[in-house]
Amino acid sequence: MIRLEFIYVLMGILTGGIAIVNARDGSNPRRVNNALFWGLYSITFLFGSYLPDLVNGLLVIAMVLTASIRGLGQGASDATTVSERQASARRWGNRLFIPALTIPAVTLAGTLGLKHLSVHGTPLVDPRQVTQISLAIAILVALTIGMVMLRPPALAPLFEARRLMDSVGWAAVLPQMLASLGALFAVAGVGKVVADLTGRYIPLDHAFVAVATYTVGMAVFTMVMGNAFAAFPVMTAGIGLPIIVARFGGNPEIMAAIGMLSGFCGTLMTPMAANFNIVPVALLELPDQYAVIKAQIPTALPLLLANTLLMYFLVFRF
Amino acid sequence: MLVLIGIPIVIVGFMLKRNPLLVVTVAGLATGLAAGIDPIEVVAAFGKAFIETRYVAIVWLVLPVIGLLEHAGLKERARDVIARITVATTGRLLLAYLAIRQTTAALGLISLGGHAQMVRPLIAPMAEGAGEAKLGALPDRVRFRIRALASATDNIGVFFGEDIFIAIGSILLIKGFLDQNNVPSEPARLALWAIPTAIVAFIIHAARLLLLDRQLARSVNAGSDRHDGGVGAADLPRAARGTRPAARE
Repeated sequence: MIRLEFIYVLMGILTGGIAIVNARDGSNPRRVNNALFWGLYSITFLFGSYLPDLVNGLLVIAMVLTASIRGLGQGASDATTVSERQASARRWGNRLFIPALTIPAVTLAGTLGLKHLSVHGTPLVDPRQVTQISLAIAILVALTIGMVMLRPPALAPLFEARRLMDSVGWAAVLPQMLASLGALFAVAGVGKVVADLTGRYIPLDHAFVAVATYTVGMAVFTMVMGNAFAAFPVMTAGIGLPIIVARFGGNPEIMAAIGMLSGFCGTLMTPMAANFNIVPVALLELPDQYAVIKAQIPTALPLLLANTLLMYFLVFRF
Repeated sequence: MLVLIGIPIVIVGFMLKRNPLLVVTVAGLATGLAAGIDPIEVVAAFGKAFIETRYVAIVWLVLPVIGLLEHAGLKERARDVIARITVATTGRLLLAYLAIRQTTAALGLISLGGHAQMVRPLIAPMAEGAGEAKLGALPDRVRFRIRALASATDNIGVFFGEDIFIAIGSILLIKGFLDQNNVPSEPARLALWAIPTAIVAFIIHAARLLLLDRQLARSVNAGSDRHDGGVGAADLPRAARGTRPAARE
């Protein structure tokens, strides 16, 4: 059965390759840091599942120190010039889209089809992880098509990946770090303390105040935790169920559905949701770290208000 | 109260623009210690959580393919194609992407978009290309705003589409939580009640995108006397490209 471990091995090979290319690149003044950083990351992918938690924790701390003491650098750009790329674009024309669109097409086919495949009664792909594994397979198919079509040197994909990965730098690991912080917050009981404080200091004896506290609380707490999934159990146990449902007789399904979506408004406004808000800044080479968040706030705030009104008018009616 | 120490550490750290990896690690360790957990166990808990969340890194797996195609001129091609479609504007293109992203997410197909595999190689260059075709060379400031909105559109589309799909993580989480609290719920009804918000989200963001083209035109005209071509060092070659004549008519 193909599991996530399959993806981790691929990621381990990729990051390990990036570490080796960096180690051999004399044009990068920080090449030791880069090689160490991606090398350690590679170990967490290849062996993380088998190492003790403490060793993994120390690996992560070593990565953080490598990235923050003197920091990571970038090798001299070996990217093609614009005129070379334009010439190549003219030569290949719309065929260039074939590998790019293979990725969504094969992901779609895999998501719909792989669920039903099984070998001797065991499913071929872990049914809980069909989407991620389909995406990984789609990437491999697209890479094969690209290699056959463009006939670049064999290691070109690795060198290109190195160039992009180093331009993203440490931000590549930030989403995972923040998810880990969320897990530590949960272990330490941060959520319960926040819910207690909210309940204690905000008068919740009017239905609208209770609804607004819940929706805004979901958004704010999601901004702190970086994840609406972490905020939802806390705010719903603290305010949603005892006040909106038990005291005012609201419909729990409506409350939960719109409450979660209020949390998503918070996700749009926080650097803590790094994979959505900080990673694209690096990928799109934007100078302002908060450019994506700033582009989202004018949608997120009116939507949070709309969610509050929707919940107030729907939750007590159905 | 002391366990909240991680929150101010994160806020101050981000404000002082310290390396976020360091800020987050310090906040995590401090939170664990404040909760009275043994230091060794805090490090172990951190390591365990890091290993369990490795799946979020899967987006990087796409980089070798995207890098290869970019090397061969994929972005340039995406721009040229969109520039030849005369009805395509930045706002309309992003609006179409919002509709597709939200609809496919509502069908559970959340991996079809994304920043690494769709926005960087295709959507952002197309949105810029459409702008260039209509407005001529774009100042970097406008270029960056278009790119940020392309990413924002991807996020908004997927966030407010996915909850309409009954087997998505958030719906399952809600169901699990309500079950634990002995509150009966039905995934299909939870998904149904996500629809009003999905519609409002589409309307708000679509309205912003429809107003975008006029805003960009104003912004390009207002800033045409101070063409700041050097901000994005990584993108200098592309800024130089703006000197070619606009492809319109």
